[in-house]
Amino acid sequence: MSTPLLLDVRDLHVTYPSGGGVPAVRGVSFQLERGETLGVAGESGCGKSTLAGALLRLLPPGTEVSGEVLLDGENVLTMREDRLRAVRWTELAVVFQGALHTLNPVKRVGWQIEEAITTHERGIPRSELRGRVAELLETVGIPGRRAVDYPHQLSGGQRQRVLIALALACSPHLLIADEPTTALDVMVQAQVLRLLEDLQRDLGLAVVFITHDLSTLAAVCRRLLVMYAGRVVEDGPSDEVFGSPKHPYTAALAAAFPIIGDARFRMAPSGLPGDPPDPRHLPSGCTFHPRCSVARPECASRAVELWPAGEGRRAACVQVLDEVPT
Amino acid sequence: MTALAGGKTPSARRITWIRRRRAFAGAWRDYRASTPGLIGLGVLVVIVIGSLAAPLLANHDNLDPSKTLTTPLWASPSQLSPLGTDNLGRPIWDQLVYGSRVSLLVGLAATVIAMVIGSVVGVVAGFYDGWPSAVLMRVTEWFLVIPFLPLAIVLASILGPNVRNVIIVIGITSWPGTARVIRAQVLTVKQRLYVERSRALGAADRHLMLRHIVPNVSPLILANTTLTVPIAILSETTLSFLGLGDPLRASWGRMLDEAFSNGAIGKNAWWYYLPPGIGIVLVVLAFTLVGHALEEVLDPRLRERRS
Amino acid sequence: MSPRYVSGKVLGSLGTLAFVIVFNFFLFRVVEGNPVATLFRGRNLTDAQRAAMRHQFGLDGSKLDQFWHYLVQLAHLNLGRSYETNATVLSEIGAAAWPTIWLVGISTLLSTVIGVAIGIVAAWRRGSVRDHALTSFTMTTYAMPDFWLGMLLLIVFSVLLGWFPIGGISDPTSNTTGIALLADQAYHMVLPCLTLTVAYLGEYAIVMRSSLLDTMREDYLTLARAKGLRDVLVRRRHAVPNALLPVVTLIAINFGFVLSGAIAVESIFSWPGLGHATYAAIRAPDLPMLQGLFLVFSASVIFFNLLADLAYAYLDPRVRTS
Repeated sequence: MSTPLLLDVRDLHVTYPSGGGVPAVRGVSFQLERGETLGVAGESGCGKSTLAGALLRLLPPGTEVSGEVLLDGENVLTMREDRLRAVRWTELAVVFQGALHTLNPVKRVGWQIEEAITTHERGIPRSELRGRVAELLETVGIPGRRAVDYPHQLSGGQRQRVLIALALACSPHLLIADEPTTALDVMVQAQVLRLLEDLQRDLGLAVVFITHDLSTLAAVCRRLLVMYAGRVVEDGPSDEVFGSPKHPYTAALAAAFPIIGDARFRMAPSGLPGDPPDPRHLPSGCTFHPRCSVARPECASRAVELWPAGEGRRAACVQVLDEVPT
Repeated sequence: MTALAGGKTPSARRITWIRRRRAFAGAWRDYRASTPGLIGLGVLVVIVIGSLAAPLLANHDNLDPSKTLTTPLWASPSQLSPLGTDNLGRPIWDQLVYGSRVSLLVGLAATVIAMVIGSVVGVVAGFYDGWPSAVLMRVTEWFLVIPFLPLAIVLASILGPNVRNVIIVIGITSWPGTARVIRAQVLTVKQRLYVERSRALGAADRHLMLRHIVPNVSPLILANTTLTVPIAILSETTLSFLGLGDPLRASWGRMLDEAFSNGAIGKNAWWYYLPPGIGIVLVVLAFTLVGHALEEVLDPRLRERRS
Repeated sequence: MSPRYVSGKVLGSLGTLAFVIVFNFFLFRVVEGNPVATLFRGRNLTDAQRAAMRHQFGLDGSKLDQFWHYLVQLAHLNLGRSYETNATVLSEIGAAAWPTIWLVGISTLLSTVIGVAIGIVAAWRRGSVRDHALTSFTMTTYAMPDFWLGMLLLIVFSVLLGWFPIGGISDPTSNTTGIALLADQAYHMVLPCLTLTVAYLGEYAIVMRSSLLDTMREDYLTLARAKGLRDVLVRRRHAVPNALLPVVTLIAINFGFVLSGAIAVESIFSWPGLGHATYAAIRAPDLPMLQGLFLVFSASVIFFNLLADLAYAYLDPRVRTS
């Protein structure tokens, strides 16, 4: 018997209760093996952060979630409360965006890491706890003595490192990194990414990166998943998806975001006109067609799905059908 | 839309007007979604219509004890409908209806004074840098720490008890909170303006103030108004109860004062002390509900919380 | 908390106090005109008597002289004499202060504890039946004039049920001392204390509820839940303490205001405190008393404002460590 996949998401739907129901995620499926890295890309509002919240059932009460989230073969969505709490952080931990309010602003950062450990392991002596916190901080390149600092006393990059240390506190198998570099300046972004890459390799972690920055994902992840209006519109090996996009939305994203440190991209105009659609009033047919530069008349009415688009690749665009030999 | 179809470009003024109207319609749609807000608005409409139609609902002569010699004293509602009489034989109903006028008038007029002072101080203190702003804020801080009730009491006893003075006293003691809120809002609007560089393009202060600052803070002023009126009404009630209201005109506060000092409690004349109190609670509650509903519609931060 | 922060706050408070002292002088002396005439309405006094009175109350000489006189007297804690009783204002206020401090202290304690608890329960189960019931209750008590609430309680519990005395601080017919007197005073305090508690808890409940709702949207709560914390712990360790910060400030500030806010309630229950003294001084009118009371009320607000600032700075590490 083969070991189950680390993460197997099947036909996930998430609908927020406000205003008669806002569908934020509409049928997303993907798999992740141990030690694998997956990137999830898309503009803000495309449902990628909702996806992250759904994996650990962190969405606000009243949110409708259907489908399956199999974590090590166990469905997170139907798990009992106590089992869910036990799984949280020990199996799957989240690296949140390092803005000031992600950490509790009135608690010392060391205390906040200790809290994660003591929630899952009881009866650890104080001195050992201190040692483990210092060790975790050192792992992410922060001196252990900074454990007594409050979040506002750290720089943005240091806060992000603390969040990574916090995520590692209970040695999870899977990390979800939700916009882990958004609040940081470019140099620090590169450092934090390198840290995450190193940790992923050294600890054999599986990582799901979520960001709007396609170039970052292409550099860090083996596989890529592009989301638009709550759906996956393209997936495949990351260098191929980034290098030769099959979906016009992916192409626009790839053009819109610079490669870090590449001077040519610094002045590049954002390549995509308009805003993501309002989830309450989605366009008919292909949801991307109003913004699409190569849209055809049929796109306004024809339903699209993820069609095979070459070796290990899929894309939800009628263009890929042209290439398939009939 | 029709202007466009006719081939003419609508004037900037007209576009603004259309946009405002659309914004208003949107705000009303959001407001309608709030049940407490609608209940509050309904209660207010009934009470305001009632006080405007006072001559139709009640008899003003009945407020004059020399004209109520034939009615019994301390009559309960079963003896004299609808609400019985007081220690002088005056029917409670007529006092209640006419009293609503004074309570509402004082509440609204005092709020207008407070809003004018508070908005002007807030906008000026937020808009200009340097010492005028610093001085205004210092003064505002000072007025914030002067305990409101004793100040109102002292002023009312100095100025003398009549409706106009009660309005002035409540008005000039209620503005500092508003000034502070408005100033904070102006500061954030100003920050946005700098980002938009509107100022660098050489726009005059007057233009900035009227075109950018005032439209941006006016929703906040509106929400603040509806939350200040109930406080002003409660203040009128307390001042009247302490004997600092107008002795010649019935108000709900004065009714409670007279009920208390004439021994309505000992006589258990519930028809005397209950109606004005319930009236106050209803009006204050209604204004508070409307104010909170407006705040949720107009304040984007709160709106987010609702969704 | 840096010494600079503390000294800045203290200096600011002293400045405000100076303003209040000046304001107090002008409010009473300049606007009033001639208090001696007010005091001895209709009574015949010789010119010599008038002059003596004017001197006694510091009303002779130019406004500037009067102001100087006022400052000197104030520096000696001499607030003048009451027109009514001829006792010093300071001793009158000193006698009335304790009943108010007890009454207001206990009722503020109760109303904050109960109000904050109601706010927490309502916010945590936002939109539930319990939330609606609690919020309706607190909004209604908030909308009630406090003295009307007092009247209702007086009628129900004293007149109809006869459980509690009508008013006063102790039974005037008995001459108990010690523990028995204390018990009698506590018994007399029940209704006024209940009135103030119910009248003020609404505000705390509403503020706590909205502060907790704000806090519940914070990302660090999601992080705490993601860590695997139980809901109870998320609430107890992260949400409530942080939501309490602004409420603690409000409580401290309000305490200063409540001293003067109990005027109408103390009058209803004939509770011999500062509020009742104010009521009597208005009816008299007794200007030196009013002036002294006004000064005490303002000073207490300034003091508790300072306390609120310092408490906030102490409790919030973002202020404390910067």
